[in-house]
Amino acid sequence: MNDDVLLLGGKEFSNRLLTGTGKFGNHGQIPKMLAASGSQMITVALRRVDISAQSENILEYIPKNVTLLPNTSGARNAEQAVRVARIAREAGCGDFIKIEVITDMKYLMPDNWETLKATEILAKEGFQVLPYVLPDLPLAKRLEDAGAAAVMPLGAPIGTNRGLETKPLIAMLIENASVPIVVDAGIGKPSQAAAAMEMGADAVLVNTAIATARDPEAMGRAFDLAVKAGRAAYLAEMAEASTLARASSPLTGFLDE
Amino acid sequence: MNIFVNGNKERIEPCTLAQLIAWKKLDAGALVIELNQQIIKQEFWPTTELQDGDRLEMLSFVGGG
Repeated sequence: MNDDVLLLGGKEFSNRLLTGTGKFGNHGQIPKMLAASGSQMITVALRRVDISAQSENILEYIPKNVTLLPNTSGARNAEQAVRVARIAREAGCGDFIKIEVITDMKYLMPDNWETLKATEILAKEGFQVLPYVLPDLPLAKRLEDAGAAAVMPLGAPIGTNRGLETKPLIAMLIENASVPIVVDAGIGKPSQAAAAMEMGADAVLVNTAIATARDPEAMGRAFDLAVKAGRAAYLAEMAEASTLARASSPLTGFLDE
Repeated sequence: MNIFVNGNKERIEPCTLAQLIAWKKLDAGALVIELNQQIIKQEFWPTTELQDGDRLEMLSFVGGG
């Protein structure tokens, strides 16, 4: 499995579990989770400083060998997403950017049109763009044409832990994409991460399910194992399902026959 | 003079960006500064004189998915 690398935005990753820094009880859990999960890429967000309160610098909790994936959360249109991306790069976060444009605050559904617009602009500026979208095949092809480094379809709304509710739509992307497909949002259990990898997703991004587990470090390890198992199963090419039973042991040659 | 910090109007004495940050006791290492929609790198904070009506965004990285 060592030669099974994920090529994402011109960079090689030996681990296919992307993680997030949101919702941890304390930031000290983040480096432990990263060590336990082996995750090599992690998301961060950019916000206005609360001038009245002392806040910790989250970047100090992320080891240097882990690639930062700043997101544009909070952006309500392409223009704002582009602005956040440029700030993040100027701040030294590298070229990777997760485009997240959300106007629907009830379900936190991504705005696919604004996301495409932002992707077109940022890819031209040399960013490695990872757009977070509702899975839609024609949109995914347009994102590819625009120069996206990957497409990140949601499994279920952010933070819901409901799993792969969009599975058949994600399958269409996987079957037809020429860039990596990273299932992002909604994955609540390691078994769901394994299912995404079994169906051929190139990676998964998990934040809430790890960060809000009683033991985020142990859950990070569990997700790593699940992603590896799912990936190994995909590469091994799974046997087909059938309606009728197919005996595993010979049906002839028993004692008195 | 008046400037806007993260959208809020503030009355300040003429000073540089570095002086304002020091006065506010902010952790410079964690700060990202945008002045009138232009990002100002830390090396330029001491030489950036604030002007009346300036719009400052003081940002930092936080946890997010």
